[in-house]
Amino acid sequence: MLSIRGATKQFGAVQALDDIALDVSAGEVVALVGDNGAGKSTLVKVISGVVHADQVAMEFDGHPVRMKSPHDAQTLGISTVYQDLALCENLDVVANLFLGTERRRWSVLGHVRMERTTRDLLASLDVRIPDVRSPVATLSGGQRQSVAITRALLGQPRMVILDEPTAALGVEQTAHVLALIGRLRDRGLAVLVISHNLADVRAVSDRIVVLRLGRNAGDFVTSETSPQEIVGAITGAGDAL
Amino acid sequence: MTVTAEHTEPTTRATIRAIVPTIKAAKPTIKAAATDTALPVVLGLFVIAVVFGSLSEHFLSAENLTNLALQMAATGTIALGVIMVLLLGEIDLSVGSVSGLCAVEMTVLNVRHDVHPGLAVAAAIATGAAIGLLHGLMVTFLRMPSFVVTLSGLIGWQGLMLYLLGKGGTIDLPYDGEIASLSDTWLAPGLAWAVVAAIVGTYAAVLLISRRARANAGLPVTAWPWLVVRIGGLAVVLVTAVSVLSADRGVPLTFLIFGSLVVLLDLVLRHTVGGRRIYAVGGNAEAARRAGINVRRVRIIGFMSASTLAAIGGILAASRLAAVNQSSGGSDTLLIAVAAAVIGGASLYGGKGRTYAALLGILVLQAVTNGMLLLNVDSSVRFMVTAGVLALAVAIDSIARPARQ
Repeated sequence: MLSIRGATKQFGAVQALDDIALDVSAGEVVALVGDNGAGKSTLVKVISGVVHADQVAMEFDGHPVRMKSPHDAQTLGISTVYQDLALCENLDVVANLFLGTERRRWSVLGHVRMERTTRDLLASLDVRIPDVRSPVATLSGGQRQSVAITRALLGQPRMVILDEPTAALGVEQTAHVLALIGRLRDRGLAVLVISHNLADVRAVSDRIVVLRLGRNAGDFVTSETSPQEIVGAITGAGDAL
Repeated sequence: MTVTAEHTEPTTRATIRAIVPTIKAAKPTIKAAATDTALPVVLGLFVIAVVFGSLSEHFLSAENLTNLALQMAATGTIALGVIMVLLLGEIDLSVGSVSGLCAVEMTVLNVRHDVHPGLAVAAAIATGAAIGLLHGLMVTFLRMPSFVVTLSGLIGWQGLMLYLLGKGGTIDLPYDGEIASLSDTWLAPGLAWAVVAAIVGTYAAVLLISRRARANAGLPVTAWPWLVVRIGGLAVVLVTAVSVLSADRGVPLTFLIFGSLVVLLDLVLRHTVGGRRIYAVGGNAEAARRAGINVRRVRIIGFMSASTLAAIGGILAASRLAAVNQSSGGSDTLLIAVAAAVIGGASLYGGKGRTYAALLGILVLQAVTNGMLLLNVDSSVRFMVTAGVLALAVAIDSIARPARQ
């Protein structure tokens, strides 16, 4: 679905991305891993239109595309969930899901329609929230992550990018979120997950793309790869051998 | 005696055993009630009524309560404006000065230049909106902290007011003019009761209609008993208020104006896209920005509503005094308005609170002040008690605030 070739980006003297290639297909979870400074975040920002690459050839559905702004990415159907989630804690789940895209007639909020859609969407993703009308401040970290991911699906995107979705979560909540990512794949979405946690990555991804110092350092099929090989690619230990 | 004790003891224990889990389960609810609802304020009002009612026979008399209702409108409306900026996590320290300036502008136009009262009022309100626009632009485009912008407004607009007043220092509004008689207009009992019936009827109809809409959409609905409690509660409160006020001079028109503004703004805030965005910006401005909300525009609208409501409050104050003078909108107007908003439950940290905070907060402050005046308490003590009430309200707000990283 998404195909990137030759992504290059320089910040001053730092070569953040150097001729990166990346492919993500529909119904596939691709994990993007790498050490700090490997270029994961920059690559994601290029895809989501936040950062302009110096050079890049990007194709979406086989058509060449250019991302000038986050809006372009959204129009194409690429939705990004950032690590800080960007939820309004004082608002309830329904309000957060529809933030900026409120259903309305003239200017009056369609409370019933929005709550119905929220409940249906949460149920279809098997996300359990005690009360969709309670403020997000009362939810657990995993529930908030689930709300943020669910919100990303509201615009019916075709590709979802998740930035460190399990970083701040406990064991059980991590399991919930990983299961949710699996359900995104089952819906036929292309999913790109950035993570530091190799155990989570192995549990949820189909393919693992490793970046190191702004370069491609490996593209593995998860089920056929040992953790050692991935760690080796991340740290560059393989180069020395 | 021992027999009774033996008899009662198991029962008591059983009761305690039965109650303890209930209390434990209720704990989050109590915290939620203390922070999310008006419960603490309403309890506070009840305590105030009991304490001052027992100390002074006059406190709960129809005449005194009617005076309270009459006094609330002006500063209460200004407090309503303060809530609009508090919801955004901002502050407006200029509301007192703006109320004074706009009141003076209206009076000068009406008295010195013979402008029609309606036009003079409209001009004063427009000036309020323009001042708010200026504040909003300074906060959003020049990125000045609202504290500083409105602090300079506090001083500057008062200066302009004094300039407009000129040497005389006081301008009287004609007692029989439209503006002054605004504060001396009372709803006839028949009309007051009709208004009560209309409000309760509309409320009940809206609750029933929205309940049916939710049921049709397969959403959980409010239980019938709770629905009856809510409608009945509103009816009891309104009937009590109108009975008391009608026993004296009637429902003051200015109080009706204030009450309507409170209800109208609450509906706008909770049921329109614009209101939702004010809460969103106050809760997490960055999240709102990323969701495509024009945060600058929302902030500017917030400051404009604050100054506009301040202008309306100033007009109501001038009407009640039938004059404007150098202390119009000065001294403690700002402090009382901000204190009322916070005491009523609007959070200083943004994103939380409803417009009813203005009504409840001003009621608490006026009742305490009024009660102590009746008891001939010295103003020194009054200041300290008012400060204590405000500190308590802010403490509740701060404790209730979720810890942020």
